[in-house]
Amino acid sequence: MNVILLSIIVLGTIGILGAAVLFVVARCFHVQEDPRIDSVEALLPGANCGGCGRSGCRDFAAACVKADTLDGLSCPSSSAETMKKIGEIVGLAAAVAKPKIAVIKCNGTCDLRPALARFEGAPSCSVLASLGSGSSACPNGCLGCGDCVASCPYGAMRMNHETGLPEVIEDKCVGCGVCAKSCSRSIIELRYKGPRGMRVYVACSNKEKGAQAMKECKAACIGCSKCVKVCTHEAVSVASNLSYIDFEKCKLCRKCVDVCPTHAIHAVNFPVKKAEGPKPEPATV
Amino acid sequence: MKLRTFKIGGIHPAENKIAAGKPIVTLPLPNEVVLPVSQHIGAPAKPVVKKGDKVRRGDIVAEAGGFVSANIHTPISGSVVKIDVARTPQGLPVEAIYIKSDEADREADAAAMADNAPRRTAAEVAALDGKAIVDLVKEAGIVGLGGATFPAHVKLCPPPGSKAELVIINAVECEPCLSCDDMLMRENPGEIVKGVELLMRAAGVSRGVIAIENNKPEAIAAMISASSRVPGIEVMPLKVKYPQGGEKQLIAAVTGREVPSGALPIATGAIVQNVATAYAVYRAVYHNEPILDRVLTIHDGNEGRNLRVAIGTILADIVDKDDYEKIILGGPMMGRTASTLQTPMIKGTSGILLDKKYAHRRPVEPCIRCGACVTACPMGLEPFLVSTLSRLKEWEEAEKEKIANCIECGSCSYACPSSRPILDYIRVGKGKVMAAIRARAAAKNS
Repeated sequence: MNVILLSIIVLGTIGILGAAVLFVVARCFHVQEDPRIDSVEALLPGANCGGCGRSGCRDFAAACVKADTLDGLSCPSSSAETMKKIGEIVGLAAAVAKPKIAVIKCNGTCDLRPALARFEGAPSCSVLASLGSGSSACPNGCLGCGDCVASCPYGAMRMNHETGLPEVIEDKCVGCGVCAKSCSRSIIELRYKGPRGMRVYVACSNKEKGAQAMKECKAACIGCSKCVKVCTHEAVSVASNLSYIDFEKCKLCRKCVDVCPTHAIHAVNFPVKKAEGPKPEPATV
Repeated sequence: MKLRTFKIGGIHPAENKIAAGKPIVTLPLPNEVVLPVSQHIGAPAKPVVKKGDKVRRGDIVAEAGGFVSANIHTPISGSVVKIDVARTPQGLPVEAIYIKSDEADREADAAAMADNAPRRTAAEVAALDGKAIVDLVKEAGIVGLGGATFPAHVKLCPPPGSKAELVIINAVECEPCLSCDDMLMRENPGEIVKGVELLMRAAGVSRGVIAIENNKPEAIAAMISASSRVPGIEVMPLKVKYPQGGEKQLIAAVTGREVPSGALPIATGAIVQNVATAYAVYRAVYHNEPILDRVLTIHDGNEGRNLRVAIGTILADIVDKDDYEKIILGGPMMGRTASTLQTPMIKGTSGILLDKKYAHRRPVEPCIRCGACVTACPMGLEPFLVSTLSRLKEWEEAEKEKIANCIECGSCSYACPSSRPILDYIRVGKGKVMAAIRARAAAKNS
């Protein structure tokens, strides 16, 4: 009995002393922090993806509170409404950036891009890229080990094992750009999502000359410049045998999509085109 | 006598040196060569020829692009077809000079090769001073022929503040399967000793050590009898252990001194040159001949051969079939898989492995924390840790764990009972960390 009582007294005293020390320390070293930082942070997704350019959500919240204007401060994964709420908390007008989405600029599926080798080393694009060659002849295309899929903090990417290419899940992608940074071959680009998700882009990164590119991949951009000629908005340019569509200038007219001989220009989320052909005879009543 | 070796780590892979004892056969000159401008460590060479130019065997086609760089010469006469991209055995696409010969060129080359008389007499060579020898070495584009391809003349000019005490000739050939250095020593011991003398004179030292692992008794005997009358040169048999041919490991084995982390090997007073480099120096000084060919071992499981192959010969001209499981250029420990049969042989290519045994990796299992990689690492690193940090892209932590010291010998991956791809990740991290270190140094200097 005595032992139990003694233990309770000793442990209880240690506990009380410890609590007293913690209380004093907490008082003496208290850091005054703007309470708005906490309330802003609570609105953010908390994925710490770095898409805003800050080191994490709390850093972004602190920057919002400290800033004089919210221009340039925008969380890619938050809706315009959330940004508005943040604006109300810090008393500034919220800046709403156009939503972006990651696009994969490679369409070298297993059928279109013959595999020349099989890689048995560590399953990572960075390892494969350090060896200088992928499993196909294309020196710029997707390596297919899924570093981007592993890096996505929102679970917005998946590997399509039939094509050997990663896919972006549109509803989940917030355009933070983590995948683009993780890509060893820099083939992932953030582009405007466009109205109803409509966007036009060159799904190829091959910089080889046309004939060589065709040998390496049937879906390669061969730098023929047909898209440049057909574009009426000066949105398309060709550099290093590779076409690029400037998404700031693109008006989504899709003329380039139709002229591309290798179908390297992709248009997604457009309504299905009506089949062309002779107009049906007006029905006679 | 107790044989020396290095103290930290090391492994004992199966030697498989079935090409040992097979005489060196000279492969006929190919009709076409591909000469990448980057066959060495350092700045790529700059092409000095253009499309359509006529060149003759031994002509310089690309000159050194800096101090740490090397000249490149053509082993065949012919005309420059094009200057285009080629994939080196490292797998990286680099600029390369394509040269093709015609009938007249081939006759001229055959005549040039038949004439094997020295261009300089012994008296003329004796009159050369150290500086003149270094210049000849530089002119000949000689690089470390063991595989690291560090320009030889750079090593012979120690930076101010450091002094060379001895020249170590790396005749260890610790890579399994390879026996090109072994055969070179058996067939040309006299020439190699002359090359070692030249290297010693160029470096201004009086001591030379030819270090040979004692699994090559014939080579040791040949070198001892060739060097017995030359003062200052000693043949040192070493205990067999991989990676003894690593520069730092060899210095530790021969002198007992350790190269400090981040320092150059010259900090220990030792200059290490490969035995084939010594032979190339002999050819450069006595025959006035740049590096035009090298000896390499072909190992295809049942049969080994030693071939003297012109630099720039493409793989398709050497191997007769194209249905091998895998073709590894170099040894089984450090070699790289060739991605195409158009890959040219470069100065550092020491072997071609066609053996099915080396074609596949074992299946990867989880790490069991046994520490076999730590025991095996000859640099005293913790490979499991460095590899994981690199995989998680923790570059700063990896740098603190001295990832930059890794010599990429592959002992860790070999020793791993779970056959984890340890070195694969370390190599990526090492590249990143080295680039960061270089960027910091550049920022400091500017």
